[in-house]
Amino acid sequence: MANPDSNTLRLSQESLALIDAEVAKYPADRKQSAVMAALRIAQTEKGWLKPELVEYVAHYLEMPPIAAYEVATFYNMYDTQPVGRHKITLCTNLPCALMGANKIAEHLKQKLGIGFGETTEDGRYTLKEGECMGTCGDAPVCLHNNHAMHTHLTPEQVDELLDELK
Amino acid sequence: MATLNIEIDGRALQVESGDTIMDAANQAGIAIPHFCYHKKLSIAASCRMCLVQVEKAPKPLPACATPVTDGMKVYTRSEYAISAQKSVMEFLLINHPLDCPICDQGGECTLQDLAVGYGGSSSRYQELKRVVREKALGPLIATDMTRCIHCSRCVRFGQEIAGVMELGMPGRGEHTEVMSFLESQVASELSGNVIDLCPVGALTSKPFRYSARSWELSRRPSISPHDSLGSNLEVHVKDNKVMRVVPRENEDVNECWLADRDRFSYEGLNTAERLTLPMIKRDGQWTETTWQAALEFVADKLKSIPAEQIGALSTPYRPAEELFLLQKLMRGMGSGNVDHRLRQSDFSLDDKAHGGFWLGMPVTYMSRLKHMLVVGSNLRKDHPLMAHRIRESVRWSGELNLINAAEDEFLGKVHAKRIVAPSQLAAALAGVCRALAELKSLPVPDIAVHGVADDTARKIAESISGGDQDASGGESRAVFLGNMAQHHPAYSQIHALAQEVAKLAGASFGVLGEAANSVGAVVVGAIPGRGPLGQPAVKGLNAQQMLAQPLRAYLMLGVEAELDTHDPVSAMASIQAAEFVVVMSPYKGRSLDYADVLLPIAPWTETSGTFINTEGRVQSFSAVVKPLGEARPAWKVLRVLGNLLGLAGFEHNDSQDVLRDALGPTPIGSVQAFLNNEISGVTVTPPQLNEGLERVAEVPIYQTDAVVRRSPSLQKTQDAALPVARMHGRLIAKLGLEENGLVSVRQTASALTLKVQRDDLLPDNCVRVPSGHPLTAGLGPMFGPITAEPA
Repeated sequence: MANPDSNTLRLSQESLALIDAEVAKYPADRKQSAVMAALRIAQTEKGWLKPELVEYVAHYLEMPPIAAYEVATFYNMYDTQPVGRHKITLCTNLPCALMGANKIAEHLKQKLGIGFGETTEDGRYTLKEGECMGTCGDAPVCLHNNHAMHTHLTPEQVDELLDELK
Repeated sequence: MATLNIEIDGRALQVESGDTIMDAANQAGIAIPHFCYHKKLSIAASCRMCLVQVEKAPKPLPACATPVTDGMKVYTRSEYAISAQKSVMEFLLINHPLDCPICDQGGECTLQDLAVGYGGSSSRYQELKRVVREKALGPLIATDMTRCIHCSRCVRFGQEIAGVMELGMPGRGEHTEVMSFLESQVASELSGNVIDLCPVGALTSKPFRYSARSWELSRRPSISPHDSLGSNLEVHVKDNKVMRVVPRENEDVNECWLADRDRFSYEGLNTAERLTLPMIKRDGQWTETTWQAALEFVADKLKSIPAEQIGALSTPYRPAEELFLLQKLMRGMGSGNVDHRLRQSDFSLDDKAHGGFWLGMPVTYMSRLKHMLVVGSNLRKDHPLMAHRIRESVRWSGELNLINAAEDEFLGKVHAKRIVAPSQLAAALAGVCRALAELKSLPVPDIAVHGVADDTARKIAESISGGDQDASGGESRAVFLGNMAQHHPAYSQIHALAQEVAKLAGASFGVLGEAANSVGAVVVGAIPGRGPLGQPAVKGLNAQQMLAQPLRAYLMLGVEAELDTHDPVSAMASIQAAEFVVVMSPYKGRSLDYADVLLPIAPWTETSGTFINTEGRVQSFSAVVKPLGEARPAWKVLRVLGNLLGLAGFEHNDSQDVLRDALGPTPIGSVQAFLNNEISGVTVTPPQLNEGLERVAEVPIYQTDAVVRRSPSLQKTQDAALPVARMHGRLIAKLGLEENGLVSVRQTASALTLKVQRDDLLPDNCVRVPSGHPLTAGLGPMFGPITAEPA
């Protein structure tokens, strides 16, 4: 059982306030409805969702830890394994592939020296293969740390992006 | 509800609107193959095995999740339906290992059975199969998760029946795996049911693993000897040995469930501790002997001791026939000293009761109550399946209120609760009583004059008197007394107050029986002063009186005095001081130290008998195996002893004869007529304010009786963990103790060092130390003052 007082797990007041705002959207006895938002907020603060963190969130929402863990493992934008400081998720679905996503992928892999699902040794970058992000008109696209989207990618733009992220 | 006309496989049927095709087919006796559907669980429609053809539907529909509509025509066996079912089966078998020959589920496996009907003879699948690592779920459930077909029955069981979601299905698609969070042990007292629910061999019984094939077992009906529900069992036997126990469905009692205690206790039947030969202690040396010699020795000795100096004690876990003959034997000898209420401490209701205490309603009513008050009960652990029924009530918007000395997770919503030190329990109830009287503008009853109607009391009072009585004739309000209330030193006051509360609230009043035969033992007269069905009988000593002062002789039926009694210290002192102690027991145990004669008697699987459950249901059972060694059914032992003592009326041929002797030709009617919770004439004393610390003691779920104590697998569960001293964080600080440190606790006898565990739900001045455990047997009575200091 995670100790809710443990410092490494405790979320910041800011994060808890964000979670409380999500919880307030649902009836008082349905706190667990906010689980997706709460896990997102926790991940944004801590980088990745270690099981104890999932448990912390579950206790906060008064739901069984395993139920929160089901959510965390179902959606691929939650990271239940450690990731680098910068997670780059590249879409390789058909429209992106037609627009050269595979070339971008090769470029990224070569530049970072890692494959999909891997993290660089310095812990700086993680490369992930993503599914359609709903912006096919701007293909190829990638996501940085789940939140910032970069469109119309070319190898040059990728280099620029990687430089910025250092 | 409207009735709809539909047609399944050409048969015209009338069904209720809202039913699914599966419901309709089940009513008509039409089998539709399925895995994830279960009548007691929510609909998942995830396995797709129940696909059927519905006229005008553009694709096959899952029967379990498709509601019927008027005029619907369903085909479950058409070429179209069968082809859909066969396709689903092909998908299910893609990843299922072909290991039936080494799978415990083989022979009783839904997947195996349906694969015979719907599976192909060879697979078209060429790729690698999925392999899933085993999950450690604890000592009761073995896993082979590669076999899992993701039906989610085990997950839904936890959420919907056990009340705690311990298993889940993290991952997605092919990567979905059933597991507990961080591989923690499942701790639910109902966890074994997932073994029955699993339609494949992914979850199987760990104690039973690889010990027999299902087709080698004979299946024999029996009744559970543990809690007062009397769950119906099917005992599986091979080579005259009980191999496992599974539930026998009875919608009125245990539905299709079984608590882990009922399911796994059988392991305690085959231990090396079993007593297999009669034994006599001569000059401090135990010698094995024959039944003839042992019984003659006992009879001679008993004849030489004045009858009023002999005490007969039994546990309430023995069949009614044995309890009946025990009291008949005692009363035949001229002694009224017979009792089974070993953990009770207040016997003053004995001359105020008008019958035997019982649940006050059929067990099935517990699933649809709207307004409940439960006093002094660790519901979940004391009555696992009745707690499930109450949870069901709560799920259907019932309000559960609790008054207790400790708070154990109920796993459901509690409307209002009052947790007080044991000495204040009656006062808390009096408060509710006063609040009710004020609410109804009635005079406050005399016994409630000391009660204080505070906010909590008023909240409870409003809740339990709310709503209308159920129009369908069932009860909607109920007040129940639990085991702790019955063990309480002021039980008579608690009973009287609860009765008054129930009267004022217009609620049904019931006593949750402590053990399998708590009701039966009173019915057959195994209490002083009252014979079978309450007939007047000679006065005698009750259990507490018999054990407070040493008698010259004790006759004990299944009793382990150091574990089964209210105050093991005084009980052991008296028994050790006695001149002659006869122990009839299936086990040797510590009686080797204090008994003079040991008579091996049969546990419930080896004798016929009857348990009367808490609702007064008379359930007789037969032996499922032959007695081990020279063990004999206790009713036969007592009959022969009666003959040797020259007593009249010991000529029974079988246990049914004994039952007729006890209850007449119509046992069911006589029992129902005898049961009555009504008492009168109790006076209530003002609550004593206690300065010091009080002990709160419960009997742990796997320490209740001699059989479960010896079940190795149950003893490895979290519920069987070593006793600790639980106290509030404030008390820990006040006493200068440390959480998880050591504390020295003391009652009447020697001090005991235990680990401290923080439990902020306890009242401030209470130390909770379980009773009924060998470790705490030297402490003292279950209630009363206790001291605690750093060890």
